Amino acid sequence: MTELMFVIAVTLFTILLGIWATKKSKTASDFFVAGRAVSVFWNASAISGEYLSAASFMGIAGLVMKNGYDAMWYPAGYAAGYLFLLLFIAGPLRRFGAFTIPDFAEGRFHSPAFRKIAVSFVLFIGFFYTMPQMKGAGATMQGIFPTWPYWLGIVIVGSVITFNVALGGMKGITLVQAAQYWIKVFAISVPCFVVMSVLGSYSEPIRDALVAPAEIPYVTGDVITIKPIAPNNAFTLSSAGKTMVKFEEDTVISGFSLVPKLKEGESADTSNVITNIGGAQPIDFKGKSISIPKDTLLQFNVVKIKKPGEQTEIPKASIKVEFSKLAKVRFSSVRNLNGGKAYAPNAPANGRWVKPFGPLTSKNGYPLLYTYSLIIALVCGTAGLPHILVRFYTNPDGKAAKRTTLWVMVMLGAFYIFTPIWGVLGRVGIPNLYPTNNTDPAIIKLPTMIGYGDMGHVLAGITAAGAFAAFMSTFSGLLVSMSGAFAHDIYGKILKPESTPEQRKTAFKVAAVVVGVVSMLLGLAVESFDIAMMVGWAFAIGAASYFPLLLLGSWWRGLTAKGAATGMLVGGLSSLAAIVTTMLIDKKILSLELSPLTRSLMEQPAIWGVPLSIILMIVVSKASAKQVPHDVDWMMLRLHAPEELGHSKDYIGEH
Amino acid sequence: MDQEKASELSKKMMKKQLRLSLSVAIVFVVVLVGLPLFNLYAPDLAKTDLGGFSLTWLILGLLFYPLTWMLSSWFVRGSEKIERNIIEEESK
Repeated sequence: MTELMFVIAVTLFTILLGIWATKKSKTASDFFVAGRAVSVFWNASAISGEYLSAASFMGIAGLVMKNGYDAMWYPAGYAAGYLFLLLFIAGPLRRFGAFTIPDFAEGRFHSPAFRKIAVSFVLFIGFFYTMPQMKGAGATMQGIFPTWPYWLGIVIVGSVITFNVALGGMKGITLVQAAQYWIKVFAISVPCFVVMSVLGSYSEPIRDALVAPAEIPYVTGDVITIKPIAPNNAFTLSSAGKTMVKFEEDTVISGFSLVPKLKEGESADTSNVITNIGGAQPIDFKGKSISIPKDTLLQFNVVKIKKPGEQTEIPKASIKVEFSKLAKVRFSSVRNLNGGKAYAPNAPANGRWVKPFGPLTSKNGYPLLYTYSLIIALVCGTAGLPHILVRFYTNPDGKAAKRTTLWVMVMLGAFYIFTPIWGVLGRVGIPNLYPTNNTDPAIIKLPTMIGYGDMGHVLAGITAAGAFAAFMSTFSGLLVSMSGAFAHDIYGKILKPESTPEQRKTAFKVAAVVVGVVSMLLGLAVESFDIAMMVGWAFAIGAASYFPLLLLGSWWRGLTAKGAATGMLVGGLSSLAAIVTTMLIDKKILSLELSPLTRSLMEQPAIWGVPLSIILMIVVSKASAKQVPHDVDWMMLRLHAPEELGHSKDYIGEH
Repeated sequence: MDQEKASELSKKMMKKQLRLSLSVAIVFVVVLVGLPLFNLYAPDLAKTDLGGFSLTWLILGLLFYPLTWMLSSWFVRGSEKIERNIIEEESK
């Protein structure tokens, strides 16, 4: 209940602030770019507030808990992306002075056709980015009320934000997002110190992990629910010892498998691996669709792998158990049937967790490749996210745009330093999340684990309110940029160029409602994916489409509309296709065997997508060199000259 | 302004700005490319205990952020200086 009060408070605050700010929103320029008059401090707060999404607030903690060191590349990459944005894009983009990013695409080359391509990418990236925000909303509400269905949080958050955006446009949300940055920083830092004072310092679990690399966290013996939704419909038991699994409800196991899979020539004796204690029915390891009645107690023994020709070396394999029906289970060790003390299923051993190249990056066997591809996606992707880029137009001038970015980096860094701490403490404080595979709610649940009754709930209320602020602010930014794409680019520039600003404002409101509803529906489909991973995908698409366009468009005279469009389409769409394919495979909708290398490259496409897009842009532009815009020199002057010289002119001025 | 003048002025400005951007970017790219290589080739050094953290954890989890602050303030100061000089030159 305490938690709910905090969530309601932050939601009401958002709505009221939005309404209040909306009263001051008059002109079209107010609506789309907040009148281009937001001060450096407030704009930096608003950009940070918009950028720190559910992925930052909940996702990183969850990923660090699950994958340790490697997951810290996410916050580092998020912050690093801003540096590249600052170095190459922030100033020129603001000096161009448009309303939306497709304006840049069209205006830079005088090509209305290119606008259409650019708009479709705003929508692709936008929808990919809304999915994890929606998942965050659903997961937070479930973290607070375990009995609530997943969709309820999505509907609540989605409706509130859609209402807010449809009402106020950009000016309405600038203030809201700025305020929400400060809420988020408070919510991630203050409870963190309190939790550390109880569970121990940040460095303690890291030192313990370094000293005892073979250790694995224990689960406590509580009932754990496994949902039958791929890929989280399974747990993988540790190979370090025997595990007892007690089934509290009837369920159906769809199959067992070994992790890692047996390589050629290897064999494993699985005949006596599973013992059905007290039950007459033996359980066949190779069986499919095995009905498990309530109160069954299974003992899983350790599987040893025989390598061809080697008799002495016997590595062990873990057993993966998959379900096709909701399962409620308790894990325990052979000696502590009631008290738990089983190795937490799915949890990596200390050494793999604390050191680089752990489970996240080495899962397909190419850890260095995966690491670099992830870094490229995050760094180039940040500089290619339309809903972030559009914020730079709200600066008064190019100089302010650069200063704003500097402040954004300080604000983001101050926030991100805290995110891995939650993941580290989660590993110690709430290991029962491991078997569910869904560690995203760690930051919401951890504070209640420290005891002290109400105190824990107050802290959980604060982190839940922070999480709400996170997905509300990011979702509103996405909604503004996507509705802007519909109202300003599709309706106002393509479908009905003669429409009045008033009509466009109406179109914006209609678009906001439609986009809001579609986002909520998409959110329902992604319950079983990690928030931070999904955000990584949106970044990979942005990295291979908008980033090359803005980089070359700002700095290279030779770029033509044809070149830019080819690079963006081929690079962006092939990255999108690669990501959607791996997603469908994980969801078991598509069954396709990929080699580990192909799988790595498809799951993290930035390492080939970004160079592909850039090379195509250069090659095709060279081939169509005659079509270089005739006014490119003045364009460059406008993008790079300080405003004081008088060469600047906003592409779209005040209406 | 005629095309020649526009071309000349924009090239001059962009060259100075780009040189600054690239110098900052190179320092940063060395860190981003170097840290995974350091982890791969010097794993023992990477896990040196520093106040409970391993060295590499300390770098990626804490020190990384102040580094981005330093680099961006280097850039913003440099970039504003370039613009001031250009405004001065042009208004002569």
